[in-house]
Amino acid sequence: MKITLTVNGAAATVQVEPRTHLADLLRGELLLTGTHLGCEHGVCGACTVEVDGAPARSCLMHAGACDGASVCTIEGFGEDAVMAALREGFSAEHALQCGYCTPGMLVVARDIVLRLPDADEARVREELAGNLCRCTGYRGIVRAILGVLAARRGAAT
Amino acid sequence: MKPAPFAYARPDDWPAALALLAEGARPVAGGQSLGPMLNLRLALPERVADLRHLPGYAGVTVQGETVRIGAGTTHAAIEDGAVPGRLGDILAGVARRIAYRPVRNRGTIGGSLAHADPAADWVAVLPALPGHAVALGPAGERRIPLAAFVLGVFETALRGDELLCAIELTALPAGTRFGHWKFCRKPGEFSKATACVLARPGAPPTAVLAALDAAPLVIADAAALLAEPAAEAARIAAALALDDPWRAALARTALRRAAEAAR
Repeated sequence: MKITLTVNGAAATVQVEPRTHLADLLRGELLLTGTHLGCEHGVCGACTVEVDGAPARSCLMHAGACDGASVCTIEGFGEDAVMAALREGFSAEHALQCGYCTPGMLVVARDIVLRLPDADEARVREELAGNLCRCTGYRGIVRAILGVLAARRGAAT
Repeated sequence: MKPAPFAYARPDDWPAALALLAEGARPVAGGQSLGPMLNLRLALPERVADLRHLPGYAGVTVQGETVRIGAGTTHAAIEDGAVPGRLGDILAGVARRIAYRPVRNRGTIGGSLAHADPAADWVAVLPALPGHAVALGPAGERRIPLAAFVLGVFETALRGDELLCAIELTALPAGTRFGHWKFCRKPGEFSKATACVLARPGAPPTAVLAALDAAPLVIADAAALLAEPAAEAARIAAALALDDPWRAALARTALRRAAEAAR
């Protein structure tokens, strides 16, 4: 089937099988390999991208559901101020080692920062439960997100 | 981990959706349950019918005491307050604990209920609430009491030619008490035992015990459970004769904790 979607601000028309999921479409058709695939059944969170302004599992959106969608992948957040602060925080707090979970982690982290500005550590950990990291033990990831939240609260007062 | 080939259809009105259903298409809404089953090849439909673009499929409307939640309303919308009042508070608290936010952004209340996974959150909570599932078939709408909607594992009262188009609930007074307990070792994973108890002024309290690999157990009058949570929860769980002692313990404890929280 032929579908048209917006990816990182640019229109893309692709010819794919209906069974193709968004992650394979991004990686295989559009060569955007920043989106990583782990479990392919919605549990690990590695493939999380932004769809129509909210995080979604790209492994669970087959082609028909992508037609007309607006998608932002990890490659598309270059100019975003929150993502820039999170990248710095992840680096400073050693919030990644192998990096496999990081694209999905960052998309979810950005959603936490924007949607839950008052989140404490317990809430951040609850919100991260859908993104598995097998390297860091999460401490650095949680610290990085809490650091960005605290900086934004400081800037707002 | 890739689906078998299937065809895709996107009906944009209800008659077209019902026609596709009659031809054997598998309905899909947010795809957060069917998606994994497709990827794992546990589901092998020849064609899926994407219901998300049907008119009125998502959204909440209030008419008097009746709150109509379109079947395609996402868990995230409910978590974020789409349903007003005390009923909305209760539903938002349940929605927040469904899977993970990226899943809640796509997954829908109607899709989840019609799928009827025994561990699903709405399957475990909606039967305790006063209201109906609204089924749409060739002859029009039919209302099924929520307490009688889920009949078994992945089995509902929907007929083969019907789609679930909405959930209609009765608004709840401010003094309504609600207790909910869900056993997960990690937030968002499939529940090992879920219970809820609803106590609204002027009506008998109701309770549900679910995630039992069977239809949810609906307790139409849970007054005894509210009066004596420990003893009554133990009696109810023992009567289920669950095979594994640990499951029986989780069921008993979930029911007791839900009842204690609703007092």
